[in-house]
Amino acid sequence: MEEVLFFISALGALGGALGVIAMRNPFYSVLALIVHLFSLASLFLLLTAAFVAAAQVVVYAGAVMVLYVFVVAYVGGGGESAWEPIPFQRLLAPLLGIALFVELSVAVLSSSLLALGEDGPDVQAGFGDPAAIGRLLLEKFLIPFEAASILLLLAAVGAIVLASNRRQSEEAR
Amino acid sequence: MNTEWFIVLSALLFATGAMGILIRRSPMVILLCLELMLNAGNLALVAFSRMVGNGQGQVFAVIVMVVAACEVVVGLGLIVAIFRRRLPLNVDDLRELRG
Repeated sequence: MEEVLFFISALGALGGALGVIAMRNPFYSVLALIVHLFSLASLFLLLTAAFVAAAQVVVYAGAVMVLYVFVVAYVGGGGESAWEPIPFQRLLAPLLGIALFVELSVAVLSSSLLALGEDGPDVQAGFGDPAAIGRLLLEKFLIPFEAASILLLLAAVGAIVLASNRRQSEEAR
Repeated sequence: MNTEWFIVLSALLFATGAMGILIRRSPMVILLCLELMLNAGNLALVAFSRMVGNGQGQVFAVIVMVVAACEVVVGLGLIVAIFRRRLPLNVDDLRELRG
């Protein structure tokens, strides 16, 4: 049962990822990314990471993707030019991607991590649920948590500064 | 399921994202491919967290999600700014900063 769920989710995740890079229209790329994110959330559930899966669906597939859809609708999907500054880039890129995959797989699978071939230890019922993650975040990882909140604030301010229509407001003055 | 399967899948997704960044020209799709790579990293983190039986890797994945959200906000702000200035949304045309 677990294997079946894993392969269905893996196919969804891989299909979504390939859809993102293959679709001509950026709008369809965003939709493919949503498929990818939902499959990834089910993989997280298989790994008993309930809170990460919920955050993935709510934050990523919900909020971030809505932001993407709005910007794609505002900017519009322009066609990509056929001009290539580096010759044969479209042919070389897949080769490089395959080489990267082989390299990463060999590096991980030939490492001395003996537990890689096992299912992992049995964990108690509360593993990865919101209570456990919240306790870790507010006790052991309090400083990274606060740093993340400052980073979010800075990103919000930065985005407002970047996207504000400064030229028009100067003309109006 | 063995942890190996999750790690190999995460490597595959990461390579797909890297390939997308090399192939595509639109900054929007490049941002989407960055998301793919960050999510592949997240999958590896959560898989290793399960392998060790320790919840700390999942906290790391949550923090990565926060950083990804910040990156998206700043990146989309840049795209909107490029669009407002009537510049082409194509990373090959935006090359004034290249030496």
